[in-house]
Amino acid sequence: MASFTLRVNDRSTTVDVEPDTPLLYVLRNDLELNGPKFGCGLAQCGACTVLVDGKPVRSCVATVASVANGRITTIEGLGTLERLHPLQRAFIAEQACQCGYCGNGMVMAAKALLDRNPRPSDRDVRAALNGHLCRCASHNRIVRAVQRAAAEMRS
Amino acid sequence: MRPTRRQFLATGALVIGFALAPRAMRAQSPPLPGSLNGNRRLEAWLRIDPNGTVTIFTGKIELGQGIGTALSQIAADELDVDLERIAVVYGDTGRTPNEGQTAGSLSVEQSGTALRFACAEAREILLTAAAAKLGASTADLRVSDGTITGPAGAQVTYWDLAANAHLEREATATAKPKPATEHHYVGQSVRRRDIPRKFTGGAAYVQDVRLPGMVFGRVVRPPSPGAELLSVDEARVRSLPGIVALVRDGNFLAVAAAREEQAIRAREALKQSARWKEAEVLPPSGEALYRELMARPAPAQIVVDKTAAGVGEPVKRLEALYTRPYQAHASIGPSCAVAQWQDGKLTVWTHSQGVFPLRGDLAKAFGIEAKDIRCIHAEGAGCYGHNGADDVALDAALLARATGGRPVKLQWMRDDEFMWEPYGSAMVMKLAGGLDAQGNVVAWSHELWSHPHSTRPGSSAGVNLLAARHLATPSAPVPPADVPQPAGGSDRNAIPLYAFGSVKVVKHYIAEAPLRTSALRTLGGYANVFALESFVDELAAAAGADPVEFRLRHLRDARGRAVIEAAARRAGWTPAKRGDGTRGRGVGFARYKNLACYCAVVADVAVDRASGRVRVARAVAAVDAGQIVNPDGVINQIEGGIIQSTSWTLKESVRFDRTRVTTRSWADYPIVRFDEVPEVEVVLLDRPDERFLGVGEGAQGPAGAAIANAIAHATGRRLRALPFTAERVKHALR
Repeated sequence: MASFTLRVNDRSTTVDVEPDTPLLYVLRNDLELNGPKFGCGLAQCGACTVLVDGKPVRSCVATVASVANGRITTIEGLGTLERLHPLQRAFIAEQACQCGYCGNGMVMAAKALLDRNPRPSDRDVRAALNGHLCRCASHNRIVRAVQRAAAEMRS
Repeated sequence: MRPTRRQFLATGALVIGFALAPRAMRAQSPPLPGSLNGNRRLEAWLRIDPNGTVTIFTGKIELGQGIGTALSQIAADELDVDLERIAVVYGDTGRTPNEGQTAGSLSVEQSGTALRFACAEAREILLTAAAAKLGASTADLRVSDGTITGPAGAQVTYWDLAANAHLEREATATAKPKPATEHHYVGQSVRRRDIPRKFTGGAAYVQDVRLPGMVFGRVVRPPSPGAELLSVDEARVRSLPGIVALVRDGNFLAVAAAREEQAIRAREALKQSARWKEAEVLPPSGEALYRELMARPAPAQIVVDKTAAGVGEPVKRLEALYTRPYQAHASIGPSCAVAQWQDGKLTVWTHSQGVFPLRGDLAKAFGIEAKDIRCIHAEGAGCYGHNGADDVALDAALLARATGGRPVKLQWMRDDEFMWEPYGSAMVMKLAGGLDAQGNVVAWSHELWSHPHSTRPGSSAGVNLLAARHLATPSAPVPPADVPQPAGGSDRNAIPLYAFGSVKVVKHYIAEAPLRTSALRTLGGYANVFALESFVDELAAAAGADPVEFRLRHLRDARGRAVIEAAARRAGWTPAKRGDGTRGRGVGFARYKNLACYCAVVADVAVDRASGRVRVARAVAAVDAGQIVNPDGVINQIEGGIIQSTSWTLKESVRFDRTRVTTRSWADYPIVRFDEVPEVEVVLLDRPDERFLGVGEGAQGPAGAAIANAIAHATGRRLRALPFTAERVKHALR
C-alpha cells in the first residue's frame, strides 16, 4: 500500500492503495463517483473514460501511480443536474442513449474533442468517438448531441 | 423503500387471501385487460398520497427502453395530473405486481394497458368521492392536475381525498379510458425520466448501489463448459490482502475482498493456481456447425401446413439454405448484482428482466421459501434479452453466504460475460418455394433447426441459473419446451404474412444445447425474417419482379402494405432499378411475432469489391405500432434496432473450439463502430385509435433482410450465411 493524493474535479483526496490499482476503482469506490463505468478492464470500450490534464484516459487500465500528478476530471466535474455542462444538456436534449452505460465515456471523449476543436465536422466527431463502443446503437444521436453542444459552446 | 407500503403488503391479508382463493372461485372473475388480469388489486398499481404525489407500481423494469416514462405518460393522462407528480416503482418482489419478464416487446401492451385501466378506475373513484363532498354529479366535475372543480366553483383535490379514496379493492376495468383526442402526454415525445442522472453521475445502475459494510466479489468460472475443478491453492489466495471470503463448492469458485481491485487480483491468483479437467463438448465451427445442428436428433414438428383452395402447380421451383451463428448479447456493462443475507433472508439488487421468476429460482437454489427472498430491480447496462443478469445474482448470493451478513457487490469481468452469457442460438433455415406461370408464389416451405430461445429462470423445472450447474450438488435445469405459437420461439416469424398458395413450416427444436442458449432480442425472429425475406427476394428475382411490387402483390394485410409503401416512398424506391456492382438497395418487412408492430426497412449498401467490406450507408424504416405513447421513444428503439441488426448482420459471431469458447473480449467480438453505422430515418404511422403494439424488437429482422437483399441487388450474389464479414463477401464475389 502507498499513499496517493489525487486531484479529482478540483478537490484533493488522499487514498492508501497499491500503486498499480486502476484509477477506476479509486474513483468509483473511494470517491463514490458513479460516472466512470467498468466495461471491459482492457481499454477496449471507453466506458471508464476520464480526463487527465484534459486528455481522455481509460481509467480501467491507468494506474493510480501514473495519474497522481495530474488533474483528473470526471463527468461529475463537468456539471451537475442543477448546472449542466453544455454536453450534458445536449445529450439530454437529444435523448442520446438507451441504457446510457457508455454515455460517460462518450461525453468525456467529446469534451476532449471540443476543447481542441470547437467546430468539428460529423466525421471528426465519429473519428474521436470511434474507440468508444455503444451496444444500444445510439451512435447517431450521440453525434447530434456533440454537435448541439459544440454549437452552444461556440455561441 | 417506503416502510408503509411494505408493511401494508406484509399484512395485507385481503390481498393474500384473495391470491390463495380456490381456482373455482377465481374462475368466476372476468378477464381484465393487460397485466391487470393477473394482478387484480387496484392498490397494487397506484397510490395517491396526501402530499400531492402519485406513485405507480409496475412489475416491468427499466432497461434503457424508457418504459418508466411511457407508463407515467399513460397514468398522468388517465388521472389528469401533471407528469411531475408521478413516481415510478419498478419490479420489486416486495412492492410491485408480478408481471413476469420484461421481454417480448410487451411492456406497454401489458403494463401500460393495466395502468391505463387502473388509473381510469382510480379517477372514477376519486370523482365519486368528490361528487359526494361537493354535492354535485360526477358528470359536472372537471379535473385539472388533481384538483376537482364542481359546477359552482367549489374545489377538492385528489390529495384531500387520498386518505379516504379506498383504492383497496379489486379492479373492475369498467371505467372507460380516455379517447386519444383527450390525451396531453400520450403521443408526445416526453423526455425520458432516467436520462438526466445518467449523464451527471447520479446513482443510476446496480453498479452504483453502495451499502454499509459492502465488500466486492468476483467469480472464477471454469475455463470451458465441460470443465471440472481438480485442485486450487485456496490457502495462498486466502493470504492475499483484503480477502474476506473464498467459496469453493464443486466447480464454483468465488472470492470476496474489502476492495474491488483486491477481489480482481484474487480472481487472477485463483485462475492461475486452479487445475481443471476439460473435455471436448462443443460443436464444430464453420459450416460443420450447421451440418451438425441438422444431424442432431429432433423430431420434425409441423408449425403450419395449409393450402388455399384452387392453388395451381408451380412451374418454377427454388430452394435455399440460410444460416445464423451463435451471437452474443454483448452488453457494454458486465452483469452485476448486490446480495445480502440477514437472519436467513436474502435481498438481491438485480438488473434481471424478471425479479419474480429470479426469486423463484433463487428459492429453489437455496432451498428456502420465496417469501424469504426479496429481489429489487436496479438498472444495468442494456441487456437485449437474457444475458448474465440472473446468473450473477446467484453468484453474489452464494458468495454473500460466506461474508457474515456483509453485502456483496459482484460484477462479472469482460471474459465472464462473453464466455458464459447464454447466446442467441445458431440456426439453419431451409426455404423452398414455387412460382406459377404468372410469377406468383404458389408453394412455400420453411424448415428450421434451432436450440432453445428461452432458458430464463422460471421457463422450466430446475434452476435456470449458471452457478447451479457448477455446485457440488448440481441442479441443472430441465431443457425447456419451445415458446409456443402464435408468438413462437425458434419458429418466431417463420410463418409468412404473405398470401402464398400453400405454406408449410416445420421446426426441429433441439432442446439439448452444447452451448447455453437463451433469449436474444427477437428470439428466432431475426434469423427467420432474414431467411424468409431473403427468399422472397430470390423468388421475386426468379419471377422478374420488383421486390416491393412482389411483396405488395402477395400481402393482403393493409397495415403491412402501408409500412412497405411508406418506407419505399421515403427511401425513394425506384422499381426495377438494377444494382451497379457496388451499390444496391434492399427491402425487408415483418410484423414482429406476427402480433406486434409492423416494420419495413429499406437499406442502401456500398460493397467494396476489393476488400469485401460492406457499408450500410442509409436505412429508412416505416413503423406502425398502433397508438404511439412516446414517438421519440419508438424512433429510438427502431434506430437502435436497425443499427444493432447491422452489427449482427455484418460482423457478429461467437468463436469457439471443440473445448472452449474463444470469444473473450471485444477484440474477439467486433461490433459496429461510429464510422460504420448507417444514417437512419424512421417514418411513424400513428394509429391513435388502435391498441398498443410493442416496438422493442420490431426492426432487427427487417433490417437484416434489407441488408442481405441490398448486397444481392448490388453485386448479383446472394449471401445466405450470417454474418456478412468482409472475408465472406470477398470470397462470394470471387
